[in-house]
Amino acid sequence: MRFILPLAGLAALAVMPMWLSEYGLGLMIGLVTYVTLASAWALFSGHTRYISLATAAFYGTGAYVVAVLNEVLPYPLVLLSAAGVGLAMALVVGLSTLRLAGIYFVIFTFGLAELVRQLITWYEVNVTGTLGRYIFLDVTARGIYWQMLALGAATIALTAWVHRSRLGLALRVVGDDEVVAAHSGIPLARTKLVAFALSATILTVAGAIASPRYVYVEPAIVFNPTVSFLTVIMALLGGANRLWGPVLGAAPLFLVFEYLSVHFPDTYPIFLGLLFIAVVFLLPDGVLAGIEKLRARRREARS
Amino acid sequence: MDKFTRRRSLCAMALAAVALTAQPALADGETVKIGYAVSLTGPNATGAGITTIPNYKLWVKDVNDAGGLEMPDGSKRMIEVIEYDDRSSNQDLVRAIERLASQDKVDLILPPWSTGANLAIAPLMDRFGYPQLAVTAVTDKAPEFAGRWKRSFWMLGGGHDYAKGLVEVLTAAREAGKINDKVAVVSVADGFGIDLINGARPAFEEAGFDLVYDKSYPLGTSDFAAMMSEAQNSEADSFVAFSYPPDSFGMTKTAISMGYNPAVFYVGVGGAFPIYPGITEGKSDGVMSIGGVDVNGPGIKDYFAHHAEVTGNPPDSWASAITYASLQMLEQAVKRVGLDHAALAEELSTGSFDTLIGTVKLEDNQLRDLWWVGQWQDGVFKGVNPSDKPGASAPTIPKPEW
Amino acid sequence: MIMTTLILGLVLGGTYALLALGLTLQYGIARIMNLAYGELTLAAAFVLVALFSGLGLSPLAAIVLIAPAGYGVGWLLYTVMMRPLVRRSGASGRLEVDSILATFGLLFVVQGVLLVIFGANLTSISYLDRGVSVLGVSVALNRLIAFGICVVVGGGLALAMTRTRWGLTMRAVALTPGSAPLVGIDVNRVARQGFALGTALAATGGASIAMYQTFSATDGVIFTMKALIIVIMGGVGNVTGALIAGLALGLVETFVATAIDPGLTLAATFAIFLVVLLWRPQGLFGRG
Repeated sequence: MRFILPLAGLAALAVMPMWLSEYGLGLMIGLVTYVTLASAWALFSGHTRYISLATAAFYGTGAYVVAVLNEVLPYPLVLLSAAGVGLAMALVVGLSTLRLAGIYFVIFTFGLAELVRQLITWYEVNVTGTLGRYIFLDVTARGIYWQMLALGAATIALTAWVHRSRLGLALRVVGDDEVVAAHSGIPLARTKLVAFALSATILTVAGAIASPRYVYVEPAIVFNPTVSFLTVIMALLGGANRLWGPVLGAAPLFLVFEYLSVHFPDTYPIFLGLLFIAVVFLLPDGVLAGIEKLRARRREARS
Repeated sequence: MDKFTRRRSLCAMALAAVALTAQPALADGETVKIGYAVSLTGPNATGAGITTIPNYKLWVKDVNDAGGLEMPDGSKRMIEVIEYDDRSSNQDLVRAIERLASQDKVDLILPPWSTGANLAIAPLMDRFGYPQLAVTAVTDKAPEFAGRWKRSFWMLGGGHDYAKGLVEVLTAAREAGKINDKVAVVSVADGFGIDLINGARPAFEEAGFDLVYDKSYPLGTSDFAAMMSEAQNSEADSFVAFSYPPDSFGMTKTAISMGYNPAVFYVGVGGAFPIYPGITEGKSDGVMSIGGVDVNGPGIKDYFAHHAEVTGNPPDSWASAITYASLQMLEQAVKRVGLDHAALAEELSTGSFDTLIGTVKLEDNQLRDLWWVGQWQDGVFKGVNPSDKPGASAPTIPKPEW
Repeated sequence: MIMTTLILGLVLGGTYALLALGLTLQYGIARIMNLAYGELTLAAAFVLVALFSGLGLSPLAAIVLIAPAGYGVGWLLYTVMMRPLVRRSGASGRLEVDSILATFGLLFVVQGVLLVIFGANLTSISYLDRGVSVLGVSVALNRLIAFGICVVVGGGLALAMTRTRWGLTMRAVALTPGSAPLVGIDVNRVARQGFALGTALAATGGASIAMYQTFSATDGVIFTMKALIIVIMGGVGNVTGALIAGLALGLVETFVATAIDPGLTLAATFAIFLVVLLWRPQGLFGRG
């Protein structure tokens, strides 16, 4: 049962494009992308409670790698290079930052996204002399959807495995109390670094997979800080420390965004903002925890 | 000074909507569905809000006031608009276009604002077969794109064109002994600024100019005092900025406050905005910028007055008129061949059209008959280059002091 | 040459510091990481423009009105929106996350309201746009005024924080909110004051920005970021630190723009900021 249901769901999702309109497919791509981002984000941040705002830095880097290499290398190698660049970046960042805690980590990761964007801009302007780059790849929307779906599924499977492994246990202890974690012999730095690198690599590959839909790539376009924020909100809404939490946060929130911007193009930011505030006040621990609490209460009422 | 314009235009729109629903033509459901996705929020909202959205609204109102969009058989169908916000994100934009094409099944799609956005939707528009009249897209690769996507039309030239036009103006001034051969140039580090500076550098060199100060600055810079004082100390008679609106304004204000009075003062996007003279406290005369209009063209005069009356704001003097002209082309093409996309694209590509900027005929799916350089003269932004284009004004150099 | 860099840098830094003062109070004392800070600044800027071009009120007079109004708005925001979050979180560390999420929502609300009321257009006024010579360097008068406001407000605040009993209470709450009640401090009241005062400063900063800079309803994030960088560099809740960090940042940006490359100003800002974070996460002037 544990495997059958998710696998059946995955199969259903995989054959969905047969019946979807172009827009339906576009919607599913967006949805699966954010599910992947939120799940990958939660892989590191869910247990350790380190709120990273560097999602856009990795996601944008992935898109940029494709933009730079798409005419030089075959597509699979481009994806592989993106993963490599993401991993390398994550290791450098991870080694230097993971001793930062709390808000300092949050702000550092946010600054990192901006720094990467500024440096790429400067490099392109002064060294290569071009800023905009073009991605003309023969990848269809369906192709993007299937790739993203595979990545998303792999992320969730990986998260499930991590949750049951020693790594997951270690991460949980780190999230609860770093001092206790250190005393109980958990290699703090290594544990955090492994999780961070895993998460960042997935984010980078997600950016690479989604990039053919941009066609034209510029730092200001791909390093969009909104991506970082949305990812955090979605993961937290669902419950970042649970396996299915990010999925349950990303899917409805993405659809709500779409609905609001389609039906209230002029006033939708206001609705969106109020929705956020409502979530913080009404579902502080995420949707999953909210449902569980409700169930528990009902059970109590019955007995 | 630019206050409450959006609200006023919202009121105007509400009135227009009331007028629209009052028309009996809507009752039988014979409408033409026109959709667009533009940035209503996010960083691109400013540009779209000045150039693109007001002209879309204005055109729809004009057409509907006249009874609707005329078909080849002489019947008229009212326009029904479907508008989405792309939140200044190309991913959301792509999805909105997919929605317009496959869900709403609109008859026509109007393009978004900015080069990047137009490029992002070009493959989609091509796949769905919609003609794409990309107005607010400046790219040197326009010929290549027009070849790649047969139904795309590129109407605002490329960075090299604007740079070359400027160099021509400066060369003429130098030969007349009005300026020296030193130029200080700054450019914004994004696709647009880089296109322009890459076009300008060789052109300046070829014309024998010396770029004594040549720097790029990052998008989002808000303080220009250091850069401007470097430029002031560079002994250049000409100051050229390939800049974006807030920067163009910031540099202008900085130049005024520090008393920097080069013989040529050129700023990029924003220099042709109606708000610009207000930024300079009315001292804008002599400032050069991108674009321009033939102020004596009869179509233009009416258009400026009409635009101001309906949207509550005068249009900008660069891309606004061309945006409206592109819609007039669409309107006339529909009248000639109807709503079939292939026929429409063919007509747009080969036909000639009577618009407010004169008779327009595209060359290889591009509009090439454009103003490259304009200048504020007597409070109006006039086209000065190409100097042989009908209606061109002679540039005033040196610029009067602030 | 050096003089030019120095003076232009100081004036720029002053405007940065003024922008950051409010955030350092809000985050340092009220423990609210306010992501909507820039939007509140922008709202004040729009109000100033409306007062100036609608009613013909002089911007300096308008600032005197806007600052107390900002205090009121901040007081209300804290009481209605932040206080329940603070109460709920108790001693646990979740206030940080909650406040980030809630103020992120607030960011959208304020931005949406600004867009509906003022539109997406660029807004700008011309007020005292002429240059004055400071030691031979021409500086825009309106920027000089903003610098003056920064010196007066920031200096006054720094003095009040270090020399008065009120400042002592504020600092006590900033330092150890847990033990402040032990010495009879009403933490809730102090936090509310800190947040409201922070909003008042945000409004003052925004109103002075409106005097010299072109802005639009979507620029808030830029202000928040600048302020955030300065706050972290100066040490959270440290008014003097924010002042010095702001000035230093202005100097560095001007120096990089003149001596190295204007293209690297923002990159330099972030690089310095990241180095400071790694080297002294408690800020250059924080106690560590």
